[in-house]
Amino acid sequence: MAISEEEVRHVANLAKLKFEDNEIHHFTEQMSDIIDMVEQLEKINTTGVAVTTHGYSLKNVMREDIAEPGTDREELFKNVKTAEDGMIEVPAILENEGEDA
Amino acid sequence: MNIFDETLTSLHEGLVSKKFTSVELTEEAFKRIAEIDPKVSAFLALNKEEALNQAAAADERGYETGSILNGIPIGIKDNIVTKGLTTTAASKMLEDFNPIYDATVVEKLEAAGAINVGKLNMDEFAMGGSTENSYFKTTKNPWDTTKVPGGSSGGSAAAVASGQVLATLGTDTGGSIRQPAAFTGLTGMKPTYGRVSRYGLIAFASSLDQIGPFTRNVMDNALMLEAISGYDPKDSTSANVEVPKFSANLTGNISGMKIALPKEYFQEGVSDEIKTAVEKAAAQFKEMGATVEEVSLPTLSYGIPAYYIIASSEASSNLQRFDGIRYGYRAENIVTLEDLYVKSRSEGFGMEVKRRIMLGTFSLSAGFYDAYFKKAGQIRTLIKEDFARIFADYDLILGPTTTTTAYNLGEKSDNPLEMYMADLLTVTINLAGVPAISLPGGFSSEGLPIGIQLIGDYFEEEKIYQAAYAFEQKNDYSTKHPNL
Repeated sequence: MAISEEEVRHVANLAKLKFEDNEIHHFTEQMSDIIDMVEQLEKINTTGVAVTTHGYSLKNVMREDIAEPGTDREELFKNVKTAEDGMIEVPAILENEGEDA
Repeated sequence: MNIFDETLTSLHEGLVSKKFTSVELTEEAFKRIAEIDPKVSAFLALNKEEALNQAAAADERGYETGSILNGIPIGIKDNIVTKGLTTTAASKMLEDFNPIYDATVVEKLEAAGAINVGKLNMDEFAMGGSTENSYFKTTKNPWDTTKVPGGSSGGSAAAVASGQVLATLGTDTGGSIRQPAAFTGLTGMKPTYGRVSRYGLIAFASSLDQIGPFTRNVMDNALMLEAISGYDPKDSTSANVEVPKFSANLTGNISGMKIALPKEYFQEGVSDEIKTAVEKAAAQFKEMGATVEEVSLPTLSYGIPAYYIIASSEASSNLQRFDGIRYGYRAENIVTLEDLYVKSRSEGFGMEVKRRIMLGTFSLSAGFYDAYFKKAGQIRTLIKEDFARIFADYDLILGPTTTTTAYNLGEKSDNPLEMYMADLLTVTINLAGVPAISLPGGFSSEGLPIGIQLIGDYFEEEKIYQAAYAFEQKNDYSTKHPNL
């Protein structure tokens, strides 16, 4: 087993996901298989090889700092579930002080 | 009209000569969708009223020879945003998401006069190879409705293969255009990274994603790609390079072209029928005056592990935006903000999306970053160098697109690893960022389409189209179609 149920719970916590207890065992097995597969890369010598993070080599792209019209505020709220006075409504964040905020 | 006898050019000629109007074409497309789509389930949403308005406007403007897409119905994959038309990426997370802008490719097609008839099914957030990961429906392969159409752009492929429309847009992060094109007997192009703007494409893995066309033939594909290509200030990774008129120089003359045939593409796991189809294609290219030589691409087998680390890491970062607050699914009966994030994401994402987010988060997490994400980035460099070495001596690389033909619905849906391994022949191309096409290369003994793949150097789509066109002229595979 390349990854334990405890580690899966830890990663889920980082990813803001939650798995039910009855899912976690099967999920850990699948994750382990996938991690075993990607661990094949360990065997390849990459000493001194640069890291590629882009599909195509580009330099920083700059533009003139000229203001352009932005998106209409009302339009931006079109997909918001609940709003009040032009602000997005969310649950209270201070009820469990220090725990979630 | 038998749609399978038509091309984008023939429809254009019909519009110019007033044989029919765009309103008639569009109505016929909706009629075909009503008849055929219940059998394949390609569309998630139709854009009927707006499409007919656009068609009437195109008829009003009139038709000039040359603006080929004007008045012609097409379809768009549902991870490409369309203003005012629900765009879900086939996820419960975006079930009611109504975009307030159009993707650049949608604007470009609209400017060319194309009529968007609707949005096409896919694997949720483009994660998958069978379109079975859609939250809404399972698309079926028009050649055999017990088989998968491939994925993630399975709806875009099935809509064209079943004759509902002649062209659609898909997206390709690790093979999601080329593999469904191969499974459904179509021509599908993954352009060079940066050739087509990603503005308005719901991001999966930003350094790999590209939008590209599905069509029944090479000329139509070239016409679609030239309509959507080009630099876009709204996508700083789009390339500021000239866009050739891909459709203008398709002569079928490939004399003197140098084609490489990597021996790793003939490894165990690739079906014999597919190997034979590629060998047959290689022989035909030789007959047409090209040189075909065996080469080695030793990094092929590193592609899947490196791809799944990189794509999942980028996805885990990109999909953080789905937090239940500004848009998308929001869980109910929430007490705290943490609860809102966790429940909205856990209820809104499907299993495969969660798997990728988890693998990505793991690969990027403290203690694992160097061994996974950084290592995969180094492997990516080796893969790029491997391609560069081949393209120093050759114009194109020839190979199969997939290891097998379309498999049964349900066959791999609870075996993610087996599903991932099926991407062997497509993912290294995305990691390198080079362009590649899948085109019809024959049929299996079961009568299922086989795809062959042509890979080019950066921004050399023209060479790919030239060779693909030459191959198409020698064969009749593109004229075949399923009978539903």
